[in-house]
Amino acid sequence: MASSQLVAPELAAIKIEGTTREAFLIRATLAAGATYGAMSATPFITRALAEGGGGDVDILNYALTLEYLEAEFYTRGVAQVKDLSGDEMKLAKELRDNENEHVDALAATVKKLGGTAAKKPMLDFGGAFASRAAFLKTANVLEDAGVSAYNGAGPLIESVDVLAAAGSIVQIEARHAALIRLVRNKPPAPLAFDKAATMDEILKKIKPFIKS
Amino acid sequence: MTDSALRELADDPSSRKRFFKMMGGAGAVSAASVFLVACGDDDKKSTASTPAAEPAAKNPDEDMKGDLEILNYALTLEFLEADFYKQVIESGIVKDPKVGSIAKKFGQTEQEHVDALKATITKLGGKPVEAPATKFGPTLEKGLMAVLETAADVENLGAAAYLGAAGGIKNKDVLAAALSIHSVEARHAAALNQLVGRGFGGKGGLKGTVPDGAFAKGMDMESVLAAVKPFLA
Repeated sequence: MASSQLVAPELAAIKIEGTTREAFLIRATLAAGATYGAMSATPFITRALAEGGGGDVDILNYALTLEYLEAEFYTRGVAQVKDLSGDEMKLAKELRDNENEHVDALAATVKKLGGTAAKKPMLDFGGAFASRAAFLKTANVLEDAGVSAYNGAGPLIESVDVLAAAGSIVQIEARHAALIRLVRNKPPAPLAFDKAATMDEILKKIKPFIKS
Repeated sequence: MTDSALRELADDPSSRKRFFKMMGGAGAVSAASVFLVACGDDDKKSTASTPAAEPAAKNPDEDMKGDLEILNYALTLEFLEADFYKQVIESGIVKDPKVGSIAKKFGQTEQEHVDALKATITKLGGKPVEAPATKFGPTLEKGLMAVLETAADVENLGAAAYLGAAGGIKNKDVLAAALSIHSVEARHAAALNQLVGRGFGGKGGLKGTVPDGAFAKGMDMESVLAAVKPFLA
């Protein structure tokens, strides 16, 4: 799918009451374009679409991009944050390993479905590693965003197998979120019903970290 | 836990309203309302005009019946969880204010799940099951640690139950609702695992903070019901 199609005005009228992933992606991309300027409809999503084989592959590549972000975040955090306690470092390493496994599994699943795995974006986490507090706060944002991203994408997944894989990952993201929140003295489960975020909502949250 | 965190626990606005808003069709994932689907043949015709909505639903009545069974299964587990927290709090066994606030908050959340599931089942034309008679006395007699471990086990079971059931849900809005509960059960499970000192997992069973490693495992209905049987009177 060419990016020029994505910003075609007639596509904005696409009905999204159904459960087509394409409509979801297009709408999200258009919304991102509206927020950040049509020309910049976030390159990584355009790329995920261009590389996607359609259907569940697009959603898997979206998830893969989020997992790249989380895996890289913990990898750098473990190396750079100076004032984590022993337990916090142990937690960060555990989460890093989990996220790397998610990356590998999602990339493998995309290939299995005949698609091309999205490439890892260039990332910049700003001052997130300057202190324990900054690191944990960003981790909290990323994990909560991950949960709501999967919860939002879940009903759009067509294959029961892909849904099972996404479900098995989102449960881990939710556990991560709770653990990071406990470390921060925040309620581990603040809502009775976790949010389901659309892609444009997630994009707004992670845009600061995506360089290209 | 700091005072402000406790306040946040106590003051969290009711998310039940958000749940119904979500079920009612706000956002891309739940535009076709469960409530519309529940309103009978006329509305079914009008939703059928939505492109690509439920193309696999060859027999909508059978699909809805299956979804209602899953919802009642979830409701049974939520009844059990809500009642457990209620009995724990009433027993006075929890003295630590941090643990107490978590038990209270988690209990409130489970009650919200109960209320929402009952309302959803009714809206879909089903009949909510009755709350099961429970048997938590023996657990309560064993003391605080046993109580917290049981809470952790039950929450891990709940998370595994939702994960195991998700693939069988046909209606996308019911699925969205189940997912929004599933991740909350997972949060509860991780927090309680942490509270009772369970280390990181990958060891299998229900005995770690992240017990299955990077990929959570679902459980089928039969296994879950067998696991909660000791708590049913």
